Amino acid sequence: MSATGHEHGHDDHGHHHKETFITKYIFSQDHKMISKQYLITGLIMGFIGIAMSLLFRMQLAWPGESFPIFEALLGKWAPDGVMDADIYLALVTIHGTIMVFFVLTAGLSGTFSNLLIPLQIGARDMASGFLNMVSYWLFFLSSVIMVISLFVEAGPAAAGWTIYPPLSALPMAQPGSGAGMTLWLVSMAIFIASSLLGSLNYIVTVINLRTKGMSMTRLPLTIWAFFVTAVIGVISFPVLLSAALLLIMDRSFGTSFFLSDIFIQGEVLHYQGGSPVLYEHLFWFLGHPEVYIVLLPALGITSEVMSTNARKPIFGYRAMVASILAIAFLSTIVWGHHMFISGMNPFLGSVFTFTTLLIAIPSAVKAFNYITTLWKGNLQLNPGMLFSIGLVSTFISGGLTGIILGDSTLDINVHDTYFVVAHFHLVMGISALYGLFAGVYHWFPKMFQGRMMNKNLGYVHFWITAICAYGVFFPMHFVGMAGVPRRYYENTAFPMFDELTNVQVLMTVFAIIAGLAQLVFVYNFISSIFYGKRGPQNPWSSNTLEWTAPQEHMHGNWPGEIPHVYRWAYDYSKTYENGEYIIAGQDFVPQNVPLQENEEELNH
Amino acid sequence: MTALLTLTVLVLVAIAIWQMTKIFELSQLKTEHAEVATDNDNKNNGYLMFGFLIFIYGITIFSFAKYSKMLLPEASSAHGGEYDQLMWVSFAIIFFVQFITQALLHYFAYKYRGEKGKKALFFADNDRLEFIWTIIPVIVLAGLILWGLYTWTNIMDVNDEDDPLVVELYAQQFNWTARYAGDDNVLGDASVRLIDIDRANVLGLDESDPNGEDDVIVKELHLPVGRKVNFKMRSQDVLHSAYMPHFRAQMNCVPGMITQFSFTPTVTTEEMRLNPDVVEKVKRTNALRAQWAAEGRPNSEPWEFDYVLLCNKICGKSHYNMQMRIVVETEEEFNKWMAEQKTFKVSMAPAE
Repeated sequence: MSATGHEHGHDDHGHHHKETFITKYIFSQDHKMISKQYLITGLIMGFIGIAMSLLFRMQLAWPGESFPIFEALLGKWAPDGVMDADIYLALVTIHGTIMVFFVLTAGLSGTFSNLLIPLQIGARDMASGFLNMVSYWLFFLSSVIMVISLFVEAGPAAAGWTIYPPLSALPMAQPGSGAGMTLWLVSMAIFIASSLLGSLNYIVTVINLRTKGMSMTRLPLTIWAFFVTAVIGVISFPVLLSAALLLIMDRSFGTSFFLSDIFIQGEVLHYQGGSPVLYEHLFWFLGHPEVYIVLLPALGITSEVMSTNARKPIFGYRAMVASILAIAFLSTIVWGHHMFISGMNPFLGSVFTFTTLLIAIPSAVKAFNYITTLWKGNLQLNPGMLFSIGLVSTFISGGLTGIILGDSTLDINVHDTYFVVAHFHLVMGISALYGLFAGVYHWFPKMFQGRMMNKNLGYVHFWITAICAYGVFFPMHFVGMAGVPRRYYENTAFPMFDELTNVQVLMTVFAIIAGLAQLVFVYNFISSIFYGKRGPQNPWSSNTLEWTAPQEHMHGNWPGEIPHVYRWAYDYSKTYENGEYIIAGQDFVPQNVPLQENEEELNH
Repeated sequence: MTALLTLTVLVLVAIAIWQMTKIFELSQLKTEHAEVATDNDNKNNGYLMFGFLIFIYGITIFSFAKYSKMLLPEASSAHGGEYDQLMWVSFAIIFFVQFITQALLHYFAYKYRGEKGKKALFFADNDRLEFIWTIIPVIVLAGLILWGLYTWTNIMDVNDEDDPLVVELYAQQFNWTARYAGDDNVLGDASVRLIDIDRANVLGLDESDPNGEDDVIVKELHLPVGRKVNFKMRSQDVLHSAYMPHFRAQMNCVPGMITQFSFTPTVTTEEMRLNPDVVEKVKRTNALRAQWAAEGRPNSEPWEFDYVLLCNKICGKSHYNMQMRIVVETEEEFNKWMAEQKTFKVSMAPAE
């Protein structure tokens, strides 16, 4: 496929319209500004989400203990500083929702898709700047509604982030299923609209606005990941929207899509003929691809950061692209592995076991390719690189236990226990967060006019986080295999779990230290925005196009012509046959450098 | 006390961070682009990567040494043995792969840490290598899939062979009820629309269905050892999940439908209490509880081992305490116990 040029538009830059504060910083249509808006909103939501997790981890380690901080933050939900069981479930629910959707979907994919797609493919901006702006503001609106839902009289949604009906549908079943759940659903519906607008924009931009010479096989892996992520989002998010709409109907208009034969608080409800299992199918049809919507951008970022810092091409570029495509395809046909014991036909369970374990194959290929990329490299261990290596480590540790959970037989006894919690936090939570951090450290100079984050604080941030992440989630597998169910307010009702309290304390201490380490990041991030040292234009000696753009942000990204592309993004340490670098004294060849004489051309 | 402890930890962590930053700073020579990793940074972090590998192995060994005794004792059901075996093999594979890949990853990060002037190897592709690490997972996974599916099909095949005992598990916020099918071993029809709290027909049995007359409704689940039990699960309000970890058994209870699960208990409660692992666990737990009792904490009486049925699907405020005791006993003990229970017909009689 020949590369598509970017013919129309801004090549002539005579027409600068005057920008006001509002058009520049608030209702901006510039992808770089929108990406910063996504990042900062995502980080604020992340702060809330992580803080919540620390609160309920304290409750788990010291059940029923009184803490002044509970009373200060939770008010009437923590009389005398003892956390209430309802608010515990609410914290767990909102933590999950915020981290999965608001931080790791919007904060990660929204930030870096917006920043990197135009800059790395050589486009002036997104295909539609206006839609892009609408997308961000819908995200902002949904974040605000989600935060408002925390202050509802009867409490926020508390049915778990999967909000299975009937629990989520009946206010009599749980106080959080009243106004709190309504706001949750409204917020998510808006979020989905935002995500769809964003994704459509990314897809169109990648397909149509690549610069001359930028064929699909020359795209950096970041762009491949963002592109495929957007495609999965467009396929699966509408299904979640339909689930949310049907649930809204059941809740507010008396339909029976998901409800049937219910007797609660002394009366029989009129619902007849619906099935909660239908909801589970609809939810997980998004819910599972969502895991990869979260993870693929992180893997894309890792590929790019790792290759750049290893001063080596990413190993097996085509296999990496094929794995992304295979994971994307398989991710849409494995949702049933969340439902092995939901009461669906066991034969379906067999099918989903088969497809689920298949996904391990492209995942294994990716892990091995990352490891091989490090082999015989000249590793520049910048903070972004450390987080990338950390990602591969947690991706392996967390991914391997998926072999247990994906096997319908073994799932029977660990389903919905802490084993699951440990598994998905490592493989998608921590891994995706590492991807986010890798991206922030690596592209910070691109976002903030060449300023760089302090590397020493970055190192401290990484090492504390890396140790604590394993410290929290490795022992957690054992808690799960001891049979402790998740979403228990306290485990004291079962003497068989008594001796596991010590493990809970250990995990909570690690979690609190990890939470504090994130403050180092917050400080580094904010102070570097204002006082960070300016580095050179291409601080990491990277090949991709974004580093050819000037540090000062400008509308249209490049003054004058858009750079053309002559090679793939991974010509690091490429040499002539005699062992000399292609460009003397420089171990990288940016994508916009034409092929040199005598240079061996790869199939890119 | 806890507050003080927390505060101390906070302060120590803050000091640690400050010191670590200083160490990193001192170890760096001033260069022009101070925020890009120097040879010294690469060296330090390379060593730390190697240290991190040791940490990963360390925490694995630590967890196994300290926590593996806390895991569930050996399975008490007929299919549980095979479950445990499959679990064990899967874990062996997982730890083998984990051991090797983490070693390679972190060792390479240490070994190939950057130095000025070093040349990385331009190594972009190798079809044979990629083929190898595609085909190995394919083979291993194919084995696991086949084994897993074979076991799964066996476990989930709920049939009426071998004269199974039919028991209904009935879930509601926040307790369990069990209903035995009685002498005819057929459960009477039931529907939430027939629930009559005033007449204590709490499960909504159809009084006109003769099959239901001999049904026995109880709050404690008794099972005869060695006889297959077919469970029929029902829920009256929200989703619940009947989780019986010692039997490697779990199934959701879904309002509006009847789900099922089947297993054969193989170890009585009495025998299980003599299992060395369980004896040890009870001893440890009771030592802990004695300590709590000394501190005057509630819920710290000595514990005796019992099988339990837990709710394992979030169901509301008291989800964490929705449980029922399970007693596995000999056939004679079971029959004796059963003879003491009232049938549905008898329990409804006074109201008429």
